[in-house]
Amino acid sequence: MRATALYHPDDTQYAFDPAELARRLQAVLPAESLIVDEAGRRAYECDGLSAYRQIPLLVALPETVAQVQAVLRICSELGAPVVARGSGTSLSGGSLPHPQGVLLALGKFNRILEIDPKRRIARVQPGVRNLAISQAAAPYGLYYAPDPSSQIACSIGGNVAENAGGVHCLKYGLTVHNVLQVTMLTIEGELVTIGSLAPEQTGPDLLGLLHGSEGMLGVIVEIVVKLLPLPPVTKTLLAAFPTVQQAGDAVAAVIAAGVIPAGMEMMDNPALQAAEDFVQAGYPRDAAAILLVELDGQAEEVDAQLERVHALLQEHQASEIRLARDDAERARFWLGRKAAFPAVGRISPDYYCMDGTIPRKHLAYVLQRMNEMSREYGLPVVNVFHAGDGNLHPLILYDVSKPGELERTEEFGGKILELCVEVGGTITGEHGVGMEKINQMCVQFSPAEITQFHAIKRAFDPRALLNPGKHIPTLNRCAEFGAMPVHGGQLPHPNLERF
Amino acid sequence: MSGDQTAALTEQVRQAAANKQPLAISGQGSKAFLGRQVSGEPLSLAAHTGIVNYEPTELVLTVRAGTPLAEIERILTEARQLLPFEPPRFDGAGTIGGAVAAGLAGPRRFAAGAVRDFMLGTRLLNGQGEVLRFGGEVMKNVAGYDVSRLLTGSFGTLGVLLDVSLKVLPAPEEERTLQLALAADDVAALLDRWTAAALPVTAAVHDGDSLRLRLSGSSRALDAATAMIGGQQVEAGSFWQDLRDHALPFFRLEAGERLWRIGLPPHTPPPNLPGRWLSEWGGRLHWLCSSAPIAEVRTATAALQGQAVLFRGDGDPFPPLDPVSRQLQRRLKAALDPNGIFNPGRMYPEL
Repeated sequence: MRATALYHPDDTQYAFDPAELARRLQAVLPAESLIVDEAGRRAYECDGLSAYRQIPLLVALPETVAQVQAVLRICSELGAPVVARGSGTSLSGGSLPHPQGVLLALGKFNRILEIDPKRRIARVQPGVRNLAISQAAAPYGLYYAPDPSSQIACSIGGNVAENAGGVHCLKYGLTVHNVLQVTMLTIEGELVTIGSLAPEQTGPDLLGLLHGSEGMLGVIVEIVVKLLPLPPVTKTLLAAFPTVQQAGDAVAAVIAAGVIPAGMEMMDNPALQAAEDFVQAGYPRDAAAILLVELDGQAEEVDAQLERVHALLQEHQASEIRLARDDAERARFWLGRKAAFPAVGRISPDYYCMDGTIPRKHLAYVLQRMNEMSREYGLPVVNVFHAGDGNLHPLILYDVSKPGELERTEEFGGKILELCVEVGGTITGEHGVGMEKINQMCVQFSPAEITQFHAIKRAFDPRALLNPGKHIPTLNRCAEFGAMPVHGGQLPHPNLERF
Repeated sequence: MSGDQTAALTEQVRQAAANKQPLAISGQGSKAFLGRQVSGEPLSLAAHTGIVNYEPTELVLTVRAGTPLAEIERILTEARQLLPFEPPRFDGAGTIGGAVAAGLAGPRRFAAGAVRDFMLGTRLLNGQGEVLRFGGEVMKNVAGYDVSRLLTGSFGTLGVLLDVSLKVLPAPEEERTLQLALAADDVAALLDRWTAAALPVTAAVHDGDSLRLRLSGSSRALDAATAMIGGQQVEAGSFWQDLRDHALPFFRLEAGERLWRIGLPPHTPPPNLPGRWLSEWGGRLHWLCSSAPIAEVRTATAALQGQAVLFRGDGDPFPPLDPVSRQLQRRLKAALDPNGIFNPGRMYPEL
């Protein structure tokens, strides 16, 4: 756990009477829906980024839109901060509580209100788990496409707040491409519906703006998502390469040939070794890197693409290419990839996960620089990579019990993010800025851009009451650096698959 | 003169901000008919042209806003790629900045997605004349608010787009057009069946008598799709381009007619309104040439949870906003353009 203060003093200057807040919330919520005692509040002190902990002032667990509305109106009137939370699986501290604020836990909003197979939509409450939507749609041959690896636990409201990705976003897009409509409450408690079941019309794309806004513009109470027909055919290839560079070149060649796979994932040798030790996925242990390429769709198109991809992988000196013969083998190919994080957790006391995204052409340079820095800092790095869309998840291995190692890791991690920005990439592809990467925002954006972000925030939330202190730094705090240490491979949801 | 005009544009915006002088932003003026009239000093992006960065294997194109769509299409075609949202080119003209600002997609929207779905980043001028960069050239990016997507469809009311970065996609190996004689009511269910089978339908239009489909993919996939769909293969010529650009005879308005763009939820029969209809995207988009009163079209469409845009003809173009959305949009305008100098009134009198 970090010793330094999480919230900048700029973000903890709320002046209201906490006793009055509690009293007024008690008047609008059933007794069991307001947690006041410390032991109860402590259960909410962190999300998926467990190194960051903060006990909230109060925890509200509303069950109805009217109750959420009442809570927001009271907070708005008194000037009290509010942090919305779904399943609490954020890897960036997006739902970390505020010391002066109400933690608004939306777990009771867990109902799928409607599956409309004819219109291919699902209308859901924000606390519904991502995977639950696909499960409910499956009897109709439909599914919800974005599949963040925490999908058995993460909530759809959180997915919108973070614009969650997954391994299939290369072809099927991110959350923002799969949500049609959001109903939200403003901080003043006004209900507004943004987006439409009809195709987008002209006008600023507010629905797009809400995605990835990290709960800072409104509180979502209902979401309509698009459902897709399950693909008739899915084929998965595993290819081994003698060098990471060749694997990277093969990825570029597949795209250049006009094929957009459903997913294209890379693991380097340390990552595949760890995964193999953990789940025995059958990966070739001597490969410098492996690629998983998944193709889906119409049988004839998949066959045509499969031939082309196979030829390209060979051209790029793949030492071995395997086509999954059946669903069981396909699941095994993916198992190692999906278990990569816990697998790394077994070989190192602690690891630190990064989420930078880069233009793919710079992959070799970025990997080489990371290797150099790894030697400089004396800390090994393991690479798991959404190769198709350039989203890197380097894991820095360290041991928190060794004095100074956490600090060195944080510094190294910060340097990796800066490297991503340097080559034209971004500090976060899908995990969000949250509290974790708030300082690197100062590397990626100029003071004028940060000032513009704050102005946009004020358009929705003039007094900065919604999830304050996250995502967009105050100009004052632009010199510090954050981290995501994970002790002993133990995440708050240890059974979740993570990417 | 052409190329990077950032310095001159910045200077003009700063001057205008200092003088609270409204600016009427334009590219090639091909969509000037759409939206309300703006009275202001012209701010032309027409000379701000050129490809900033294009690497086909990254699937990303960064281009200056004044670059003509035709030029972009030429460059993408050379690399066997395309702009997936297939933006219209009215009268053959149009710039990429205008396409993004108007947020209009063409026939391929049915399969590929909307303009906003392909926005990756932008460099823009805000109302204080500051050059700001949001998003970037990578597929996944959640750092900061998604300002580049926000500006899509904003008709220049929030900022001046300088450069845009867009996701592009491979062009299909082959395209075929099929024609099927069938009733409009049957289209949506058939398309559902074909899309469930992942058939590569990338455009669908029904003219009242028959359905035209565009299929895009490998020839093997197209053979299989053709066998399943049936119908008659026809020589499309410039049909899909003419549909995209409103160059088909259908779009010629008779005296007293207005052209409406009516968006509807899936499986929603169109409103009962007099006029000529052309339906795209499996009935989710209708073009209506009608002399029906404006209020009647809006009311009938709103009752179906749809949205009617008055595309050509006299009258306010965009459907009215609900009070909360109006307030949010007003505040957003003030956040980006505090002096209200960018295209004031282009969408709504107060924005």
